[in-house]
Amino acid sequence: MKKVIMGTETAALAAVLARVQVVAAYPITPQTVTVEELSDYIGKGELDAEYITVESEHSAMAACVGASATGSRAFTATSSQGLALMHEMLHHAAGGRLPIVMLNANRALSPPWNLYCDHTDSLSQRDTGWIQYYCCDVQDVMDSTFIAYRVAEKVMLPVMINLDGFYLTHTSEVIDVPSQNEVDRYLPPYDPANKVDVDNPSTYGCVCGADLFSSLKYRRQMETLAVEQAWQEASDEFAAQFGRSHAPVQGHRLDDAEVVIVTIGTAGGAAQLAADALRQEGVAAGSLNLAMVRPFPYQSFRQAVSGAKHLVVLDRDVSFGAEGIVAQEIKSCLYGQSQAQVHGFIAGVGGMDITEELLADMTREALGGQKQGLQLGDSIWIKVLP
Amino acid sequence: MLGIRMHGRGGQGAVVASKILAKAYFKEGLFVQAFPAFGMERRGAAVAAYVRVDSSPALARGEIVNPDVCVVLDPKLLEMVDVTAGLAPGAPIVLNYAEGQVPQDLADRFTLALIDANQIAVNHRLGSRLAPIINTVVLGAYLKVVQEPPLQPETLFQAIEEGVPAKKQENAAAAREAYERVRVLEKS
Repeated sequence: MKKVIMGTETAALAAVLARVQVVAAYPITPQTVTVEELSDYIGKGELDAEYITVESEHSAMAACVGASATGSRAFTATSSQGLALMHEMLHHAAGGRLPIVMLNANRALSPPWNLYCDHTDSLSQRDTGWIQYYCCDVQDVMDSTFIAYRVAEKVMLPVMINLDGFYLTHTSEVIDVPSQNEVDRYLPPYDPANKVDVDNPSTYGCVCGADLFSSLKYRRQMETLAVEQAWQEASDEFAAQFGRSHAPVQGHRLDDAEVVIVTIGTAGGAAQLAADALRQEGVAAGSLNLAMVRPFPYQSFRQAVSGAKHLVVLDRDVSFGAEGIVAQEIKSCLYGQSQAQVHGFIAGVGGMDITEELLADMTREALGGQKQGLQLGDSIWIKVLP
Repeated sequence: MLGIRMHGRGGQGAVVASKILAKAYFKEGLFVQAFPAFGMERRGAAVAAYVRVDSSPALARGEIVNPDVCVVLDPKLLEMVDVTAGLAPGAPIVLNYAEGQVPQDLADRFTLALIDANQIAVNHRLGSRLAPIINTVVLGAYLKVVQEPPLQPETLFQAIEEGVPAKKQENAAAAREAYERVRVLEKS
């Protein structure tokens, strides 16, 4: 059924259709309406789940860890400061191999207070072991939630679904909402082999020495690297049933592209428009939406940009003392594999709109055209005061 | 693409009105995107909301720099915000304005749809005389000055009934009255 719905409302509806069994949340700014909506669904009896109100985001994740360990399908939502407060428990969820799915609304970290779109919140959690997926539109929010649970429960790792603050969280669009039967067909109930069970006592998370510890880490790394393929398969199966694909890497006019605009999140739309406009000028341009940042989709990414000479990389974030985080990731992925030049641009932090014109101008600068921003280290900053 | 920009104050319902308008066009079979731009999130502060309407999903996001039409919920905003920014000469502005009066400088440059939405809201018991709820009223006036893509009045009134949290019929009736009473001043 088609309807007009906001990004955060979509995330709540997706959690309902995914039949989540436990929701733990801390409703404080900057939270999203997702947790309010879920509370309403449960209150009205439209979702059979336990809603745990907790005293902080750290406790919200701790409650999800506990719930997931008992074999329940757990869900929570957070944003910026709240995600930062969860940090310790994020490690616990991934290390405990617990397939929790969490929505994160990408909003700037303070100070100064801002609350608008910025990717530093989630990207600074990239080493916690969570799978990270960035949605490009509201339909992607709905669909990727089902794919996320399917992948999470197969590989036993948690997934963070990221929504650009305001550009997705507060934006209403036309989407196709699948029926409960259709979702049930794609996403079977969660039934893990191992779980905390009072009738069958066992111990989890006990002390372990260096030998076993490093072996467990090695095995987790091996299984995390395999997620790129697992997500691709889950996306292919989703596409076979629903006709929509949500792959780790999503390309536009890449076949003969010499310059590729790389974005994460909603800027992918403007990147497509910019590539189309540049094609009109005779520039062989394409765009690439990097939907998955962890694990980094090495194979799909290298293949997608194999013919490119220039990559124009947008970062709505910065790693202070280094450069944009996405640009770093891409350089690491391509080192020794490609001669393509990586042009890192930092723009759109704290809520500045990323437009077709802005991305086209950045691309022209990368190809030797007029300067648009200020060079600082390896990055070019757009629309900043010197 | 039809680009709509709405200006209101926090708490006045510009964002709700933008969603109602989006849902009305959706009912006509079109793709829509509604997006609010909050400044500081507090009651009374100037807010803007945007709607994109097209025959395919919008790839662009954020502010609509060159809207085709502007809707202004509070005449006092004319003193605070340039509601004409990016509007083409002669483009329509839907404005909540006192009966019988005309903002001449705007009328010289744009097509105006003037409606005393405060009075109509009070007549239909929407809010109070000091704080009338006028967001759905101005949508009735909007109907008169935007022809493309077509939006049937009954489709909008239905979207209003579905989109407001209370007084559904009163809101639709007030929009209907605004549709009938709006003063359209074509740019001379």
